[in-house]
Amino acid sequence: MAERRADSVTVNCETRGNAVILSPVGDVDLTASPVLRQELKRVQGKRPARLVVDLTLVPYMDSSGVATLVEAMQIARKNGTRMVLCALADRVRSIFEIARLDTVFVIVATSDAAMTA
Amino acid sequence: MSAIPSTAPGSAGPPEVSIEIMSNPLYLSGARELVAAVARRLGFPDESCGQIALAVDEAICNVIRHGYDRAADKPIWIHLWPLGTVKQENSCGCAAGGGCGDGNHAVEALKIVIEDEAKQVDPAQIKSRNLEDVRPGGLGVHIIRAVMDEVTYERREKTGMRLTMIKRRVHAGAEEVGNG
Repeated sequence: MAERRADSVTVNCETRGNAVILSPVGDVDLTASPVLRQELKRVQGKRPARLVVDLTLVPYMDSSGVATLVEAMQIARKNGTRMVLCALADRVRSIFEIARLDTVFVIVATSDAAMTA
Repeated sequence: MSAIPSTAPGSAGPPEVSIEIMSNPLYLSGARELVAAVARRLGFPDESCGQIALAVDEAICNVIRHGYDRAADKPIWIHLWPLGTVKQENSCGCAAGGGCGDGNHAVEALKIVIEDEAKQVDPAQIKSRNLEDVRPGGLGVHIIRAVMDEVTYERREKTGMRLTMIKRRVHAGAEEVGNG
């Protein structure tokens, strides 16, 4: 019997100077959050100076995705990594606002802005 | 899987939409997209449809994680009741069915009931956590209460829990009722 894929997200990774840019593609929900979490942990193990999470291609995120990013932010702070979120869709931004995390994270409009924020 | 009553307490008649899913996160997207699509068809604006989808997603996640301790083979039922008038599609004569904007297809509110056979807990203990404490997790109940207009948790008669949520529709030119 073929294994059913439980994850629905892919995470692209790019290194630009001393920054690592992670770009998840797809809905980040309870199914997909472990995939993003694993990738964040892998990248954070290298202790980059800057970690950008580009959410351009994330149309939907639930609290499991938010929790994953909160955990990553806490690790980033411990490691001295500057973590920035960028390009949030309105639906994704609203969950950060509901959770009152929009002022806790550094959130900018574009990936270019995230390189200097 | 055991059957559940087709009419939840306090509901006038059986639900107009019911689905049963296994407690596998794989089916989260299907459940939330179905509910959002129904809400859209009933005249809810896009923002409300997104909020309804989010609330359903968070509610199911809580059942899976806390109710069933992540067991993926347990039942979850989702029922929808449009509240108010739902006229037949195209009764106004418009071609698109629901897109005419005359309100014929729109309902006043959408009631969503999510039931399970998970362990029962005291509904009074299901609370939002302190958001000042920035940490991963524990946001689901807060989000549900923030985006829906009415939220009630209760024990089912024999086993499991029932969550009833109501989202009122925003009328054109009127302030939305509630905090959603």
